[in-house]
Amino acid sequence: MLSRTADHLYWMARYTERAENLARMLDVNCRMTLLRQEEDITRKRWASTLATVGQIDAYLAARDTITQDAAIEWITFEPANPGSIEHCLDRARENAHAVRGTLTSETWETLNATWLELKRYKRVAARRQNTGDFFEWVKFRSHLARGVIQGTMLHDEALEFTLLGTYLERADNTARILDARFELLMPAAAEPDVAVDYYEWSALLRSVSAFEVYRKVYRDLITPRRVAELLIFHEAMPRSLRHCTNRVHQTLVRVANARSGETTRRSGEIQASLQYGRIDEVLDMGVRDYLAAFLSRTSDLGARIAHDFLVSEATV
Amino acid sequence: MVKDAIFDEMHTEAGGVRPHYQAYAEWLAETPPDSIVEKRNEADTLFRRAGITFAVYGDETGTERLIPFDIVPRIIPSPEWERLQQGLRQRVTALNAFLHDVYHDQEILRAGRIPAEQVLCNVQYRPEMQGIDLPMDVYAHIAGIDLVRAGKGEYYVLEDNLRVPSGVSYMLEDRKAMMRLFPELFARYPVSPVEHYPDLLLETLRSVAPAGVRDPVVVLLTPGAHNSAYFEHAFLAQQMGIELVEGQDLFVDDEIVYMRTTQGPRRVDVIYRRVDDDFLDPLAFRPDSMLGVPGLLTAYRAGRVAISNAIGTGIADDKSTYPYVPEMVRFYLGEEPILQNVPTWILRREEDLAHVLANLSELVVKEVHGAGGYGMLIGPLATQAEIEAFRLRILADPARYIAQPTLALSACPTFVDAGLAPRHVDLRPFVLSGRDVTMVPGGLTRVALREGSLVVNSSQGGGTKDTWVLERASC
Repeated sequence: MLSRTADHLYWMARYTERAENLARMLDVNCRMTLLRQEEDITRKRWASTLATVGQIDAYLAARDTITQDAAIEWITFEPANPGSIEHCLDRARENAHAVRGTLTSETWETLNATWLELKRYKRVAARRQNTGDFFEWVKFRSHLARGVIQGTMLHDEALEFTLLGTYLERADNTARILDARFELLMPAAAEPDVAVDYYEWSALLRSVSAFEVYRKVYRDLITPRRVAELLIFHEAMPRSLRHCTNRVHQTLVRVANARSGETTRRSGEIQASLQYGRIDEVLDMGVRDYLAAFLSRTSDLGARIAHDFLVSEATV
Repeated sequence: MVKDAIFDEMHTEAGGVRPHYQAYAEWLAETPPDSIVEKRNEADTLFRRAGITFAVYGDETGTERLIPFDIVPRIIPSPEWERLQQGLRQRVTALNAFLHDVYHDQEILRAGRIPAEQVLCNVQYRPEMQGIDLPMDVYAHIAGIDLVRAGKGEYYVLEDNLRVPSGVSYMLEDRKAMMRLFPELFARYPVSPVEHYPDLLLETLRSVAPAGVRDPVVVLLTPGAHNSAYFEHAFLAQQMGIELVEGQDLFVDDEIVYMRTTQGPRRVDVIYRRVDDDFLDPLAFRPDSMLGVPGLLTAYRAGRVAISNAIGTGIADDKSTYPYVPEMVRFYLGEEPILQNVPTWILRREEDLAHVLANLSELVVKEVHGAGGYGMLIGPLATQAEIEAFRLRILADPARYIAQPTLALSACPTFVDAGLAPRHVDLRPFVLSGRDVTMVPGGLTRVALREGSLVVNSSQGGGTKDTWVLERASC
């Protein structure tokens, strides 16, 4: 398959997944604000979210105060925010457009319809009143895209690079969401086995569709230790770091080429550390430090994938 | 502007319905108008969702224009098509023979049938191609021949498109839409299928691969997603199951063309290019081209890769060459042309010049290298001052111009805001030449949606219709 085609498929999947996770993050914040409406807590929560998506400085340079409406607008539609949901869906569709011949028509039509509908929604004046519906919509469009891709595309290299994009992005996003919550809710000295705030932690679980999963796995109180364990180490939890890195590694093994040996070795290393790692080590090290190290390893992996597969050099 | 009666595809002069439109007229009378409006909206949704769009991609507001699709089919009876098909096959065979001759022995020039300096001094003549042998001696593998009807319904060739003719994807999508929207109509009409066009095209492309290549790798070279015809490029690549490549995906090493893949370089044998000659190879043509592949011409000249259509086909579809196509048919095939040219005055000839200058207000004068209506005088629509200004331009360099009568193009009923109304149409069949000359029945019918307009170009508000060639004579 053409390197450029692989590159477009990979980014189409990454941007679709990123839009979904942004919507998940915003949705949870809005729900929490309904439960606790104190102004300073709301402000703190949105400041943390803006920081998670790397936009706090840009936001404060453009706005005087942090309000829920303004923060939501910033993350969904602000033209100055290159990581907005709109921007992600634009990019996803643009990448799909560039390789529409490789996609099944259902896949292209799904991404194109999402984009057209987004533009229509953007023009709806009253859109601020039903943000919940919007976040739900973004999430389900992503589900739909994934389903259409897996249900209609030939299971060949094109699908592999799409999966690679999806799982690498999801690993990154889950780590960031988890990191933001630990920053907000867990001062360094806090006891990991005591649930400080049931609603906040359950909200985190809901944001990654893991609330019911948690109940099923632990049948017990929600504690920060178990939340971290579930989202980092649980193999069967589809949004956990372990699950995502397993999928990334398996895919890299399948698409391996003459120069991707080192990349496969590194993904294997990350995968092994999650397969054999334990939550105690993470807590000893500090969850946030652990996640920072994980994020830097996945970003290294992303750069290596680009080099090995997506932008081939001119030489034979 | 047009004095003659306009030939109506559906109705006779007496106001009756032509036999091949009878069943359609009955269906139309039975179908409630509301349901037709609904179907028109549905068609719009279908095309928009599939992203069947034209031009202006990358526009800041993100708008993409749909080519308007009209739901009234253009129907061609079987015997009429049979004759057109013979004529098209004959014409394209002669055009390819001409291209081979011009780039080899130039017998037609030496025989004085076409002025040599007109061919050899033309910018569309590519000296790089002189003496190069191509598989099967074919240059224009894909030809889009624009036909119009005038007078009492006679067909004329308006122009030959032999470089990178486009529009075939609309022919296929229009059919798909019609079958989905009006399945009941296909029960009433034996419509010849066109859906196998991509197979024929792939077969043609494979047949012109360099000698000795057993299982040729074919790719479609596009200028990229911002090109106005990108939809078609992607569509055809997908339908044929070949890679859609951009210049940056290809490179040449030791006269061999490769594409960059996730598994390393892979050799390419046939390039169906949708990029103009000028942009194909920055080392040989325009050095600022970012769309081409450096070294491609060298590989091509060495016979290591096939390019379709060949480089240099523009010399055969140039407006200055057009008047001589009937002569090519006689010269190469020893036959009389089946399809007629629009009568054309060649202004380099003194007697033609005198006639044209005396009748400017009734004629269409075209600059030979102009395209898309640029550098053109439409006499009946021009003011006296415009005509006089153009007269001076002609006198300054008569060889740059040809002139034709203003044709009364045929019209086909079309849905417009006010309901059903006649609009002018043309027809572009796509003729494929490789081992054989083949075509699917029909082609793309373009329709000028503005009342009285003769301009069918998509870039100027033209729309398209499904074209039905009937399989049996009795309908």
